[in-house]
Amino acid sequence: MKSKDNATGTRYGMVVDLDKCIGCGVCVVACSSENNVSVLYDESDKTRNISWLKIYRITNGKGFPETEAVYLPRPCMQCDNPPCVPVCPATATRQDPNTGTVSQIYTRCIGCRYCMAACPYHARDFNWYDPSFPNGMDRYLSPEVSPRMRGVVEKCTFCHHRLMRAKAKAYAEGRRDIAQDEYIPACVEACPTKAITFGDLNNPKHEVSALIKSPYSFRLLERLGTEPKVYYLSTKDWVRRMADNYLEGEFIDRP
Amino acid sequence: MDLALIPNGVQRCSLKTFTSWAVLWIVLIVWGLVSAFLVFWKGLNQTNMNHYFAFGLWIVFDLSLIALGAGAFFTGFLTHIIGGIFLYPFRDNLRAVVNAAVVIGFICYSAAIAMLGVDIGQPIRGWFIFWHANVHSMLTEVSFCITAYLGVLTIEYLPLILSNRKLKQVPEFNIFGNTLHHIVALFAAVGTFLSFFHQGSLGGMFGVLFGRPFAFREGFFIWPWTFFLFIHSSIAAGPAFTLLCIWVAQKATGKQLVTRDTFTLLAKISGWLLATYMIAKIADTIGWAYGVVPRAGLSFMDFFQAPYGVWLIIAEIGIFGIIPAIILITPKYRERENLLVIGALMNVIGIVLNRFIVTIQTLAIPVMPFDRFMTYFPTWQEWGIAFGSIGYGILIFSLSYRYLPMFPQEPELNPVEVLGTVVTDSGAIKRS
Repeated sequence: MKSKDNATGTRYGMVVDLDKCIGCGVCVVACSSENNVSVLYDESDKTRNISWLKIYRITNGKGFPETEAVYLPRPCMQCDNPPCVPVCPATATRQDPNTGTVSQIYTRCIGCRYCMAACPYHARDFNWYDPSFPNGMDRYLSPEVSPRMRGVVEKCTFCHHRLMRAKAKAYAEGRRDIAQDEYIPACVEACPTKAITFGDLNNPKHEVSALIKSPYSFRLLERLGTEPKVYYLSTKDWVRRMADNYLEGEFIDRP
Repeated sequence: MDLALIPNGVQRCSLKTFTSWAVLWIVLIVWGLVSAFLVFWKGLNQTNMNHYFAFGLWIVFDLSLIALGAGAFFTGFLTHIIGGIFLYPFRDNLRAVVNAAVVIGFICYSAAIAMLGVDIGQPIRGWFIFWHANVHSMLTEVSFCITAYLGVLTIEYLPLILSNRKLKQVPEFNIFGNTLHHIVALFAAVGTFLSFFHQGSLGGMFGVLFGRPFAFREGFFIWPWTFFLFIHSSIAAGPAFTLLCIWVAQKATGKQLVTRDTFTLLAKISGWLLATYMIAKIADTIGWAYGVVPRAGLSFMDFFQAPYGVWLIIAEIGIFGIIPAIILITPKYRERENLLVIGALMNVIGIVLNRFIVTIQTLAIPVMPFDRFMTYFPTWQEWGIAFGSIGYGILIFSLSYRYLPMFPQEPELNPVEVLGTVVTDSGAIKRS
């Protein structure tokens, strides 16, 4: 069990280096195919399509030639203090005390969408339509992840089934610990520029535990107190500034 | 044809006229039923809700209906709990409206629960809230309390239904109705307890959203300030809505159903509650603007962008808050009928506007700086269910008025004369 201050125990988290991200979208495709994410008839409807990992394109708002843009992949922030968990009336979403990961129990979700209203990151998607997998896509469905039915909320689980797989392997080999590279989500594995690093934030042997101490690391909307476990890295001050809301003079650039 | 069902001592319009009136509202109900069928069959894609607007028109309607239906518990509380001691001189006035308040409450709560049933993505799993209840969720508290309170309202409504002239002839019904009537104070107390918590929890539902700075509030113990504001605003709007419904019924029937001083009493209660609510609301808004907002790194005006501009809060607090409060608490204004009705109507609009802002504005505002400000407009199916619930309400109210002795002062205020003699058993007398 992790302690209340999250100082001990396993806390899986992610660090996304925005200086390395090229916005190719491979992580999104990998996530969707890994997790049996269904396809809308009109996928251009970005207010209703299912996408556990969404890429935002953010710019510095300046004109040519000073224009700069970065791509910000946004999975579920897997908050240590998740706003979505306590609000669910049917206990259909929970935070695993052993990993810190927030999961959704699809067969218990009643589809009230209160959790979506609670999440400031829009990390939760509702199935407005019956799930569909056109043109033979159903033959590529993963048996490890249950597809979701219409009328329920779904979200990123940090590819929890991969953790189960790694645990089973470790158990078979008589081990208790899982090495850093034994459990990584599909998006991390697929990233061609190695912009995403994954691991236990509390484990000094895992790279993420060092990366989050970088002066260039930040999290989205930290001031709200959600305590996200997804960190970002960027050497650009304007990018770090865009990650949260600041009043005039509050944000101080790094030297 | 239905003359034998009409209460003693009152006159009603012909069945033909009543049927034509009812058809209007049945059309709305059919619109609502067709919409509900489509939503059940095809899913919530029949609405314009999306990942940004997880809640829409139905939640605004739910919150509004429950606030306006608060007249039932509050009138019951005033009549049966404290009426005998603190409001003794006004006891008859309260008794004159308590039946109507119960019927309005029943309509509002049953419509709200039906609407929630359509609004959830998996309606068949609705009972999971009770089975897998999460005690930390305000929505769990709301669900438990409104379901239980609908039961209480049904029990409060039953003696009125059983006092129908024909039903009363069945001895068992008569005894059962009388027995319930004698213990109505107990149900009024239970209703008050349940209502206190679910009205509050509806406000708390939004107040606890610490990821949404527009809605988030600090508070007392586990209850954010919106918990108390929602209770306060609902008991301010409830009596005003009861007043409005009775006034509309008077206009529709062309009869005086309650004495004028009853309206004055409701307006006074509503006015003072609204005035004190306005003080609390303004204090809350200032506290929020100088507390939650800057702590989240935002400024007041960040929350108001077209089309949901700052005019919304001016309309809610200024136009539909302070003005009706002044009208309703000032004796010389509330004595004028047109101002009294305008004051009550503005009060009701203000509270509905509050529920709209709390629901829609909260979701419209992007919290991440690089996100977009969204707008939303409901589909015909969403309007259908909303208007269907209005049609259902008017139909139930009309049926109750026609066949049940809803207004005890009515026979006295509208004596029925036959050949120059006042008759009390005039149910069978057709109104010319």
